[in-house]
Amino acid sequence: MSHKSFVWICLLPLAAVTAAFFVLPMARLLVTGAEGPRGLAEYLAILAEPRYRATLLNTVLLAAANTIATLIVATIAGLFLQRHRFPGRAVLVAILTFPLAFPGVVIGFMIILLAGRQGLIGDVSSRLVGDKIVFAYSIYGLFLGYLYFSIPRVILTIMAAAQKLDPSLEEAARSLGAGSWAVLRDVVLPALAPALVASGAIAFATAMGAFGTAFTLATNIDVLPMLIYTEFTLAGNLATSAALSVGLGVMTWLILALARSFTGNSVAAAG
Amino acid sequence: MNMMTRHGAALKVENCGKTFADGTCALARATLDIAQSETLVLLGPSGCGKTTLLRIVAGLETPDSGGRVLFDGKDLTRQPIEKRNVGMVFQSYALFPNMSVADNIGYGLKLRGLPKTERAARVAELVALTNLGGLEDRRIDQLSGGQRQRVALARAVAIRPSVLLLDEPLTALDAALRERLRGELNDLLRKLGITAIYVTHDQAEAMELGDRIVVMRKGAIAQVGTPREIYFTPANRFVAEFVGAANIIEAPIESGELVLPGGRVPVSGRDAMSRAVAMVRPETIMLADAATAGLAGTVDSVRFAGDRQRIIVRDAASVPLAVDAPNTVNVSAGERVGLSIPPAAIRLLPEED
Ligand SMILES: Nc1ncnc2c1ncn2[C@@H]1O[C@H](COP(=O)(O)OP(=O)(O)OP(=O)(O)O)[C@@H](O)[C@H]1O
Ligand SMILES: [Mg+2]
Repeated sequence: MSHKSFVWICLLPLAAVTAAFFVLPMARLLVTGAEGPRGLAEYLAILAEPRYRATLLNTVLLAAANTIATLIVATIAGLFLQRHRFPGRAVLVAILTFPLAFPGVVIGFMIILLAGRQGLIGDVSSRLVGDKIVFAYSIYGLFLGYLYFSIPRVILTIMAAAQKLDPSLEEAARSLGAGSWAVLRDVVLPALAPALVASGAIAFATAMGAFGTAFTLATNIDVLPMLIYTEFTLAGNLATSAALSVGLGVMTWLILALARSFTGNSVAAAG
Repeated sequence: MNMMTRHGAALKVENCGKTFADGTCALARATLDIAQSETLVLLGPSGCGKTTLLRIVAGLETPDSGGRVLFDGKDLTRQPIEKRNVGMVFQSYALFPNMSVADNIGYGLKLRGLPKTERAARVAELVALTNLGGLEDRRIDQLSGGQRQRVALARAVAIRPSVLLLDEPLTALDAALRERLRGELNDLLRKLGITAIYVTHDQAEAMELGDRIVVMRKGAIAQVGTPREIYFTPANRFVAEFVGAANIIEAPIESGELVLPGGRVPVSGRDAMSRAVAMVRPETIMLADAATAGLAGTVDSVRFAGDRQRIIVRDAASVPLAVDAPNTVNVSAGERVGLSIPPAAIRLLPEED
């Protein structure tokens, strides 16, 4: 057996698995999306139908806002945790990364406990200002949930990347007159760029597709995964939900590709 | 190089020591004066506190309380590095990977708000000075080690610093390149005429580059002096052995002569001593006729080095003596040789610790 055919034989199982669990269902999904009464036009409906379009926009905005907020919070926290040693640091890192273990349903449950009708925030606010603040069942609750979900992942990535930063780069910048902000802008963030893009991409994709949290909070929040669910189980609209699924996938992929190419130069240079 | 002008500040390091948070005493309290446009070399083995002292001058480390760092008489001890206007060259060069060569060199000028055209002119000037023409738009990872070293140097001097601080800038390079760049660096430092502190553990580098050398050992200053003073009149055994090759002979002195197993050698300075420590450089010992010389021994080995040869002679002193002889001399192992040492070449050292 030649070396080449040996490699091909080794690749066979991978090919089989890829076909069975990835390519075939995808193809089926694509076909199903076009099998509705509207045919291929079903795909255009995501953009053409006002309700779908609004939901799509909502989802993208929510995911984008969540990604940006996550990156800001996690970068600050990650850098701080990496650079400072203080008593209780290990415990703090453990607490911060604890949500990694929870599925979306539990996160949703925790948001309700925090900002729901019997929630902590409502309790405190009604006692303080006599007004019960409840936002768990809205898009804000969902935002908080996603934040809770993605911060731990991003913090861990940032901490790992920050550990690899060359301290003499920052010292060199300072010797040339750079203050803290200039060091952050010109040295630290460019060096963290690959980690920021990678972890930001995961946060974004997670927020685009997260379903458990949304489902736990309320069934009528306007995000794409919920729409797919209602079209599929409640309305039995197989073609529409398939088309929406494909749309969700393509949209996420497109935005991630865009983000990656946008930072491509700095990523390559920092490599 | 008579066109030299004086640049930079006169520095004073006053009573500066450093004990780290974990209790390591990296530097015992030291005081140093560095004249304007002088190149001072900090020389010593690994871990002796050279970098620590350099970082105290830079403002990256604060000295233990009581220590002060003065630039032109101004106390800058409390100022962080970004306020001190120092040019630093790191061993790893620490070039910004996300900037081109030109942007690296111009970074400090940009932070100072220099207009674009002036900045470009200054960068071009430095590119020419450091022989980097044609590489301005390269990324850092597309440069050779020697080129990186020059970019780091150009970036540090671009801001017209008060003092240029270099921490083993040539250590990352291979031997041949190191030798060539050492010469270039020397020319450049003279041309710039800037106050500089240069850290190295390579004594050849220290002698070529330094106006004065500070030899350090275990966090303390062992001797400060010009390269000639350090070489010819080392203050102690450590300096003698660390700088250049040295024969250290322990022997009694009787009536003005060192009494050795292979004979007697006149010394100047002392008449009698029960146990003297004497230093003799290999190149000051001359081969002589074994029958008539005051000191004789047996050739143990001959190491030919091209421009000269190093002959190891045993039985002359209590330790084998290294003798540098011209490359034309013909001796071989086992041969009896006489040795002649001029009294001026023998330096008596104080007893160690
Ligand atoms: N941040 C620190 N905390 C504790 N000890 C330190 C720290 N930095 C340096 N030291 C210790 O201080 C001593 C002097 O270190 P320093 O870096 O000044 O040596 P050096 O002469 O520059 O050595 P080398 O030639 O290896 O660079 C060493 O024993 C080192 O381990
Ligand atoms: Mg060092």
